[in-house]
Parts: sequence; structure tokens; C-alpha cells
Amino acid sequence: MKRVFFAATVAVALGLGLQTAAAQTLKSVKERGSLSCGVSQGLPGFSLPDDKGNWTGLDVDVCRAIAAAVLNDPTKVKFVPLSAKDRFTALQSGEIDVLSRNTTWTLSRDTSLGVNFTGVTYYDGQGFLIRKSLKVNSALELNSASVCVQTGTTNEQNVSDYFNGNNMKYELIAFGTADETVKAYESGRCDVFTADISQLYSIRLKLANPADHVVLPEVISKEPLGPLVRHGDDQWFDIVKWTLFAMINAEELGVTQKNVDEMMKSNKPDLKRMFGTDGNLGEQLGLTKDWVARIVKAVGNYGEAFDRNVGAGSKLGIARGLNQLWNKGGIQYAPPIR
Amino acid sequence: MASESRKAPVQFGIRLRRILCGRAGWSGLVLQLVFAGLIIWLGYEIFANAKANLQNQRIASGFGFFQQTAGFGVSQSLIPYSESDTYLRVFFVGLINTLVVATVGIVFATILGFAVGVGRLSPNWLIARLSGGYVELVRNLPLLFQILFWYLAVLGALPGPRQSLSLFGQIFVNNRGLVIPRPIPHDGLTAFIAAIVLALAIALGLRSYARRRLFREGRLLTIWPYVLGLLIGLPVLSLVAFGTPFSLEMPQLRGFNFAGGLRIVPEFVALTLALSTYTAAFIAENVRAGIQSVQRGQTEAGASLGLSHGATLRLIVVPQAMRVILPPLTNQYLNLTKNSSLAVAIGYPDLFSVFAGTTLSQTGQAIEIIAITMGVYLLISLLTSALMGLYGWRLDRSLGR
Repeated sequence: MKRVFFAATVAVALGLGLQTAAAQTLKSVKERGSLSCGVSQGLPGFSLPDDKGNWTGLDVDVCRAIAAAVLNDPTKVKFVPLSAKDRFTALQSGEIDVLSRNTTWTLSRDTSLGVNFTGVTYYDGQGFLIRKSLKVNSALELNSASVCVQTGTTNEQNVSDYFNGNNMKYELIAFGTADETVKAYESGRCDVFTADISQLYSIRLKLANPADHVVLPEVISKEPLGPLVRHGDDQWFDIVKWTLFAMINAEELGVTQKNVDEMMKSNKPDLKRMFGTDGNLGEQLGLTKDWVARIVKAVGNYGEAFDRNVGAGSKLGIARGLNQLWNKGGIQYAPPIR
Repeated sequence: MASESRKAPVQFGIRLRRILCGRAGWSGLVLQLVFAGLIIWLGYEIFANAKANLQNQRIASGFGFFQQTAGFGVSQSLIPYSESDTYLRVFFVGLINTLVVATVGIVFATILGFAVGVGRLSPNWLIARLSGGYVELVRNLPLLFQILFWYLAVLGALPGPRQSLSLFGQIFVNNRGLVIPRPIPHDGLTAFIAAIVLALAIALGLRSYARRRLFREGRLLTIWPYVLGLLIGLPVLSLVAFGTPFSLEMPQLRGFNFAGGLRIVPEFVALTLALSTYTAAFIAENVRAGIQSVQRGQTEAGASLGLSHGATLRLIVVPQAMRVILPPLTNQYLNLTKNSSLAVAIGYPDLFSVFAGTTLSQTGQAIEIIAITMGVYLLISLLTSALMGLYGWRLDRSLGR
């Protein structure tokens, strides 16, 4: 019933023309004193509240970085947990300022939903999680399997492409939330659970006996995950976009949470531009000169955020892989700050 | 008639004035027009504003999405469906699934509800207490919780396909559902169905003949041997003459699941069970109230006529009780239909799940899809009310009101 209510509210909100603040987002965030950020309903490594209600994760750090840049306080974020199927309507209707919820960038979403993707926080792909006891070694052995998926995701469509493309039959059972999907997989309703691979690792941690389950080697799709904002506010679009770019550039230039104060004193021209000791790039964005320093002090650079939440320093222990910087064998690459 | 038609113009004038102006006279008309104008203006504002906002944000709008390819699978469909079909087809798949679960749920809820309702008034202590306990337990627990209970705790506890429970090696029960042999039609099917229909028609004719004789002569004819003979004899005759009506395709375990046969998915079973047991508890209370509203004298009158307890209940009490039961019963039917939208929690592909859920999130056209979905639920509910109203009207007529 909550969903009905939510969707109806959105319809009414759009209808009654709560003017969704075209070109006003920065101003209204500052006036409100907090950033409203749409996140998942609980996905370890990306966005998950602890028992005290403190959110952590890679997606959460993006929100905190924006809050640090705009409000100079990474704690001034109101996190709005959203299911996969409610997330876009929440952004469209103005309930949230930015959606940072492991969302795949696709053409149809970028064009017809009235949203803009601002970048890629995590290069992912879709895979399958299965019980070891079924002795399946490849996704190509999944003919006639029952597949559990969360509704409102690209996964739902990719799985159809993959099975039909390989002439395999399957039964798709789609659930409203991630938790319901996991429960159905655990109860044995499905043979396999399909989602983005990062999610599969994160969900495996939640299962009663993680060692009994295995992620199959096939990657059946491209899933570039990133934050997104509403159409119609280019300034806000730029701010969210460059917040992530700042984190990636900081890693490239070796600026970390620990050494940021020292680095600010550096005489290297690219560091001076980044920290605003030379020029006024931050002000051009509508922020302050020290915007990058604020971001890095709050959440660290991209590599630090990755390691802390999903990488080597976390329970998930996912390798950097594609998400390594471009000059270290990966494809993470940010335009220069100049 | 003549006097009425002479008065008509006068009455018409007064009535027109009353409709248009209310009691305030002609000045009231102005007020009403202003009010109606305000409402129309508000409606237009909402529409225009929504349209402008959608355009500003460049969100797709209109109904073109119905022709786009859906591209996602659905676990239960009573009409042919594949991922390459359109969203329009998805809409009908969902609508049919909703109607099926609502109809089956209503039938079971009614049967169970009447049984429990009558059971609560039973002179048998055990039956009365069990019925009372059922009502108090089931109607006081949240429905979503009950749906999840049936789905995860009861059906989820069944073994996997490879360890299925089997009945005669032909019917299988596992956590993927109930698998039964699928009937495949043969040439004899038409004759077989015709034989059954014919037998039923003759049996009904016989029954009404026997009833007329009963009312005219007061003598009860024994017809059941003829009816039984007809119902068995005619179909058997068609079997002999035209051959078997269908053969059975046996389900076989192949790979992960059963191939062949018919499968009833556990999502459907769990949802139907939860909806019908939950609603039955409320219907039981309506039935109890209805029966208790019939005066005790009616039962006594039946007994003094020499009718058995069952016959008194069936012929005298229940028809009168129905008048009281019907309006709240309609409410329960509507509730059941609307509650079926909780299906998304357990992955049953009803209208709300595949249309207002998946289709909405893939196309992003919240306003159109929510409006259509609301319209459909409204239409289903109004149709249900109308049907029940028709039944109530017939009931009133047959009771002489």
C-alpha cells in the first residue's frame, strides 16, 4: 500500500505543479540546509544504514561529498531509501535532489525519464548467483531454470536477452524489493538469483551460509552505475558531475584524506588549480574555491572511498578491476580540473 | 395516468428549479455555476500544469509506450506472451492475472466464510469454538504478513523439484508449484462436452418438473436415479461412439524443473489462500450477523412445519438473512479484489506488479500508468457492485419487497 500511496503522491505532485525548482536546486539545498539523497533500501557496500541509522557505502559517500562541497558538512544529508521501481519517480517529482542508488546508465533512462546521468561511480556487469549444490559451472547450463530478479531493474530485461539469445528456457519471478527477492531465493523458489555482480557479492554476505553459494563466471551485460539528477537544472547537473570527477582527479594526483592539508600548500600548478589557491574554478561551479579540499576531507578520494566500502578494506573485498584508474589498467577517467 | 400527465408541467418546472437552484431560489443557481466553474478550472489547471511540467523536464508522455516492446518475462500468463510482445499485452496479462486471483479468491472466501459463519452459530460446542477462534485469529493479523506466511513459511518449506512429493507418480508438489498432467484435446472432445451439457440440461428440466409436481400435488418425486444415470450414461455413450475426448501429457523432471504438464505457480496459490482465508473471516461475521438478524420465530415456524434444521436454515433463514448479508458481502468482495495488489510482495504478476510496477519503472510514465491502473480497479469494483446490486434486486423481488 505504501507504494500505491507513493506513486499517487507523485502523480498529484506533478499534476499540482509543485514547481520542481528548475535551476533552483543549489539555492533550495542551501536554504534547506540539507541535501536530500535517494539511496537503496540496504545494499552492503553501496548504501546501508547501521544500527544507529548512520548510512555508509560508495553511493552514500557520493551524497556526502556533494553535501561537503555545497554545505561544507558531509553529515547534512537526508537519505531517502527507495526501491528500484520507485527511484525515478522520486527524482522526477522533486522529492530528492540527487539519486545515488546503483543505477545503470542507459539511453532510454537518460532520455525519456527526464533525468541526466552525471557519471559512473562503478563499472559493473550482470551475473548469476547459484547454490554450489546444484553443481552448475556456467550460465549456459541454466536451461529451464527459475530465475529471481528485482523488478524495475535493467537486470529484468537483460536476463530475457541472454536466455533467448542462447535458446534457453527460463521462468522469471520478479519481486518488488531486494529483500523479498533474496528471501525467495533462500527459500528455494528459484535456482538462480540475477543482479549486478557487485550486488551478488553483497547479497551473498547476507545469506545464512555464504560459502554455499557461488557467483557464475559469465558477465552478461554492461552496467555502468552512477548518480543522476533531474532535467532542467544545468548548474546542479554540473555540481553533481564534478563532485565525482573531483574525487577521481584527487586519486590521480595522489591527494588523500590524510595528506590533503599538506597538498594544499603544494606549488604544483594542477594542485593549485584544484585547491583554488590559483584561479576560481570552484566559484565558476557556484561553490567555493576550496570545494575539492572539502570533498576529500569529508570522504577521501575515489580510491579511498572504493577501498573502504567495497574494495580490499571492506567485507566485500571486490578487486578494483575496471574501476581502477585509467593509468593503472582500469577505465576510471575524469576530465581535468582546469 | 391522466391526472398525472396533466400535473406534469407544473411538477417539472418545480423540480427543474430545485435541481438547478437548490432551496436558495434563483440566486442559488449563480452560486452553483460559480462552484462548478471553480472545479472545472481546478481540473484544467492540474492537467495543464502537469503537461507543462512534463515538457519542462522532458519526461516522455502520451500513450505511445503501449506499442513498445516490453522485453521482460512474466511467470504466469493465461494468454500467449513472450518478451517481444508490447506493453499493451503486458497490461492484459496483468489484468487477467488480477481477475483470476480475485475470482478464485472470492469463490473460496464465500464458501469458507459461509461455512465458518454458520459454524459459529452451531449448537456443537467444538465447531462453534473452532469457528470463533478462526475468525479472531485470522482477521486480527495483517494481510501482508499472512501472504508472506503462506508463501515463505508454508509453500517455501516444500521440497525442491528433484525431491518433489508425488501422487500416483503423476501429480507433483514442490516449491515451484503444483504440477499436474495437461489434457490435450482430441476429436471426441466436442461430443463429450455436448453430452455433458445435454445431460445437465435434461437433469435441470427433470428437477423443475419434479418441483412443479411437488407444489401442485404435494408429493416428492424420486428423480436422483434418473439424474445419476443421465450424467454418467450420456458421457460414457459419447466415449464409446466418438472416442476419447483428450489424452494426458505427463510432467517429467528435466533439468531444473518439470517440463510438460500444467503448473500452478506457488505465488498464485499463496496469494489465493491468504486472500480467501483472510476475507472469509470477515464474511463469516457478516453471515453470523445476517442469520442472527432473522427473528427466532421464523426458525420456530419452520420447525413447527416439520422442516429439518438444515431445511429451515436453507429455505427460511438464509434467504431472509441474505438481505442483511449482501451489502457488507459486496464490501468484502471489493476489498479482496483491491487487496490482490499486494501480490508484488511475493512476485505474483498481477496488474499492479507488471503494469504499475515494471512497466512504470521502465517507461517512467507515472501519470498515465497510475491513472489507467486506478481506472481499471475502479471499473472492476463498480462492475462487482453492479452485479451484487442486481442480485440484491432479484432477492428483494423474490422475497416480495
